Amino acid sequence: MGIDKIGIAKRIAQELKNGWYVNLGIGIPTLVANYIPKDINVEFQSENGILGMGPFPAEKNVDADLINAGKQTITALPGAVYFDSSMSFAMIRGKHVQLTVLGAMEVSENGDIANWKIPGKMVKGMGGAMDLVASAENIIVAMMHTNKKGESKLLENCSLPLTGVNCVKKIVTNLAVLNILPNGGFELLERAPGVTVEEIKYATKGKLIVNSSKIPEMQL
Amino acid sequence: MIKKTVLNASEACKDIKNGATIMLGGFGLCGIPENCIEALVNMKINRLICISNNAGVDDFGLGYLLKHKQIKKMISSYVGENEEFERQMLSGELEVDLIPQGSLAERCRAAGAGIPAFYTPAGFGTEVSEGKEVRAFNGKPHILETALNADFAIVKAWKGDTAGNLIYKGTARNFNPLMAMAGKITIAEVEELVAPGDLDPNQIHTPGIFVQRIFEGSNYEKRIEQRTINEK
Repeated sequence: MGIDKIGIAKRIAQELKNGWYVNLGIGIPTLVANYIPKDINVEFQSENGILGMGPFPAEKNVDADLINAGKQTITALPGAVYFDSSMSFAMIRGKHVQLTVLGAMEVSENGDIANWKIPGKMVKGMGGAMDLVASAENIIVAMMHTNKKGESKLLENCSLPLTGVNCVKKIVTNLAVLNILPNGGFELLERAPGVTVEEIKYATKGKLIVNSSKIPEMQL
Repeated sequence: MIKKTVLNASEACKDIKNGATIMLGGFGLCGIPENCIEALVNMKINRLICISNNAGVDDFGLGYLLKHKQIKKMISSYVGENEEFERQMLSGELEVDLIPQGSLAERCRAAGAGIPAFYTPAGFGTEVSEGKEVRAFNGKPHILETALNADFAIVKAWKGDTAGNLIYKGTARNFNPLMAMAGKITIAEVEELVAPGDLDPNQIHTPGIFVQRIFEGSNYEKRIEQRTINEK
């Protein structure tokens, strides 16, 4: 139901503002770079140490010394710069990066996020996610509205170990665009094409706030 | 000039003993000290405490040391992509301390810079903050993180000179300059070792004061974890 991963990436791309430095996480967030509006100029930061990250390379340009935080081979655009990990997280914690887009397993109605650990399963680690969510001015979560079992990922409280507290501002899912209100609650802003408010309510376990009788459809 | 040049990785690592705490630069397999890792495997030392952002893959990088059960504890931010690691961790053979990546970097830098601890917002309200001092600055809670010291730091650079000055290439820089500052003894392996004066002082990333031993490595494999190609 709703839109696919590419649809989510396209919708998030509309949130980018001219002049922003942006950190994209692994998975759906990485796809956002493919749909930046033509009149918007942004630069991508990857926390392993590059600003001005370009697309994946052609076979002949693959360089083992040039990867992103997902360990994928990448290219550097004209004007790019490399730096060490301390400098990289100075950019992130120091709020020089205006937007972080990342995936999540759960988000709570007060903006807590869980995306790094499932008890009883192999723990891979948080990587840079805790530093990213602790400081970013704008955090957009890109995820499916429900998990593989069909359970809501938008909850009153997260059940999984947290990555950060009170930090998520906006969520784009396969069903909806939602804001997290300062006093808590998921405010419904937009519906995915063909999805009803009732369906979104059904898929949202946390408090859903519908302030308008006419919730618009996403324009993709 | 102070003599820092050694012949090879075995000479550089010869006094690393069982139970040593070692920092190893690199992010994934990018910028890892391949020659010294091989030397540590050949030396058959064990009970090592390794501080490195990742744990390599099953048969490369720190995965080599894990495969030979030489590591007692890993201090890292992300340790996926390694089945042997998972097996040893779940069986309790291997201790693992997971640290947010920015805090790991800053804890290395702090050690090298003589700063014993610092406050960071990263990890507040999560299990990372358990048992740590919390203090609010400008109304926002932060946790106290301490500097990470090591007996040895082993780093990989692109070019170096015999004075120990280092230049890294691309994103292979990552943790290397920070760990170089934090080691009691820092060993640098470089792809090309040149004479003093051959590197432009304006372009040096790690000043030689942080490096005690340096050598030109050989047979770099530079394996790629996620070869991703633009098909267009």
